[in-house]
Amino acid sequence: MAKRKAVVMENECVACGTCEKVCPLGVISVYKGLYAVVAEQCVGCGRCKMVCPASVIEIKEVELS
Amino acid sequence: MKKQKKWYDYLWIVSATYLILGFLNILFAWIGLLCFCIPLFLAIWCGDKRYCNRFCGRGQLFGVLGNLGLSRNKEIPQFLRSKWFRYGFLAFFMIMFFQMLFATYLVFAERNSLKEVVTLLWTLKLPWQWANHTTSVAPWVAQFAFGFYSVMLTSTILGLITMVLFRPRSWCVYCPMGTMTQLICKAKHSGEQKKISCNAALSCGGECSIPHKSK
Repeated sequence: MAKRKAVVMENECVACGTCEKVCPLGVISVYKGLYAVVAEQCVGCGRCKMVCPASVIEIKEVELS
Repeated sequence: MKKQKKWYDYLWIVSATYLILGFLNILFAWIGLLCFCIPLFLAIWCGDKRYCNRFCGRGQLFGVLGNLGLSRNKEIPQFLRSKWFRYGFLAFFMIMFFQMLFATYLVFAERNSLKEVVTLLWTLKLPWQWANHTTSVAPWVAQFAFGFYSVMLTSTILGLITMVLFRPRSWCVYCPMGTMTQLICKAKHSGEQKKISCNAALSCGGECSIPHKSK
């Protein structure tokens, strides 16, 4: 089964936390000042992608294992 | 779902007030040192970017202005978010900062006199004598205030330009403080094993040790 989810390009993330502020589910957070991480509960609404100043978030279909 | 606002979500008011105070009395510029010290302190001691993530009033200010419809909300060009540009801008910013410190030293050593100007974008010298009521302090104290306020106003203008042209918080991409604190975090956590990413494998089962907030 596939599911929509936000995926962060960790290498290019600036860890500003803009995504964290807008996530309606509170499932995206900046990990140790390095990059944003998205938890499983993400539903792929795309709010974080819209505000990310560095454009490093994509909404992708991810296969559920 | 509307998120509950915390006290620190209103720090943009502090940032806006700071910029206004510099027009009234230049000595208020000294308060801006907090924007330099707190993020570095938090990055070194806590090993994260909680200043950027929560407390940065400047980032919030750009966010607030962007939400008023002042931003085109376009993607930032690739070169502006490249590591080359980010580190280059940090280096340039540091050079200009030390040059400002040296100008302060020259006034301190009485080799130069106090210049009542605010320098915008490192070139435009604006007369600012109306904000100088500093007869009771040493000239170098006022010189630093003029120099530091120049740094703060210049970066605000750059941030405003990229806020309008691209996304509201585009400044965060090349903010020298943000770049520096991220470098500190990278250095601090460099020895640690990279955590299993949850992005690809959804079923980490909590093993990735990334703080998952359940909702």
